[in-house]
Amino acid sequence: MAGLIGKKIGMTSIYSPDGAVIPVTAIEAGPCKIVSIRNKNKDGYEALVVGFGEKKEKHLTKPLKGLFEKAKVAPAAMLKEFKNFDIAAYKVGDDLTVELFAEGDKVKVSAKSKGKGFQGVVKRHGFSGVGGQTHGQHNRERAPGSIGQSSWPSRVFKGTRMAGRHGYSQVTVSNLKVVKIIPEKNIILVKGAIPGAINSIVEINK
Amino acid sequence: MDKLNDLVAGTANPDFAQFNVGDRIRVHVRVIEGDKERIQPFEGDVIGFKGSGVNRSFTVRKISSGVGVERIFPMASPKVAKIELVKQGKIRRAKLYYLRNLSGKAARIKDKNVR
Repeated sequence: MAGLIGKKIGMTSIYSPDGAVIPVTAIEAGPCKIVSIRNKNKDGYEALVVGFGEKKEKHLTKPLKGLFEKAKVAPAAMLKEFKNFDIAAYKVGDDLTVELFAEGDKVKVSAKSKGKGFQGVVKRHGFSGVGGQTHGQHNRERAPGSIGQSSWPSRVFKGTRMAGRHGYSQVTVSNLKVVKIIPEKNIILVKGAIPGAINSIVEINK
Repeated sequence: MDKLNDLVAGTANPDFAQFNVGDRIRVHVRVIEGDKERIQPFEGDVIGFKGSGVNRSFTVRKISSGVGVERIFPMASPKVAKIELVKQGKIRRAKLYYLRNLSGKAARIKDKNVR
């Protein structure tokens, strides 16, 4: 079990030895420093607090500054907790690299998806719109249709799917195969697409 | 994007014979049958390039027993063992898709090296 923070570089293709094209996403993952370790006695759960990227010291808040000073680690831009490590094997200040993963592993990748802005129900919830374009129908092609009943309940139920902000939500894609690892460049190639735009921060879990 | 290009630069095939659209080339294709591998040549005219970088591919067209056959090869494919240049063609277009509508004598490409 292992996890790492990375940055999405983009998609490309590589070839398998038998000539098949494999679509891959490149993630620049790690090296991440362990900033702190959560333990059962003090925090009630076990986890590694892992930092990724760089941040100027003048942009740190005082609590964060204290955290990094205590760990004797350079300030990181992004902090995440990973519960899926065996914490006994690690200590504060250790480096985590892509070598945590091996080719052929199945990983989960989580990230914020691309924001789509204010979208209608057809795009946002997969509604099919109202009716066809013929038989006199003229302006309801992408409309939601009825959103409720009549005198009972005289209101719209909470959670009814309607138009609104779409995208920019946490999305996880599981069972992605690790196709290749390039340790000297801190690159991990996973088969298929992952959520988020290029340069967005992603979390990889095994 | 540069990072991405660096990443796949090593995977492209070493340069075979340089060829352009309109040239007649012989592509040596690796064919795997069971656990044996053999080379099968495919000779025809290059009618276009498509894509860029690692995804660049080219289309080869030939007439095989009266039927037009086209094969698309990725430039970096490990299935392409060798590319031989047979003849250079003299053409005025980047894509020779019009050859599909021609047959017989009309579908020939002029030789670049013959005056």
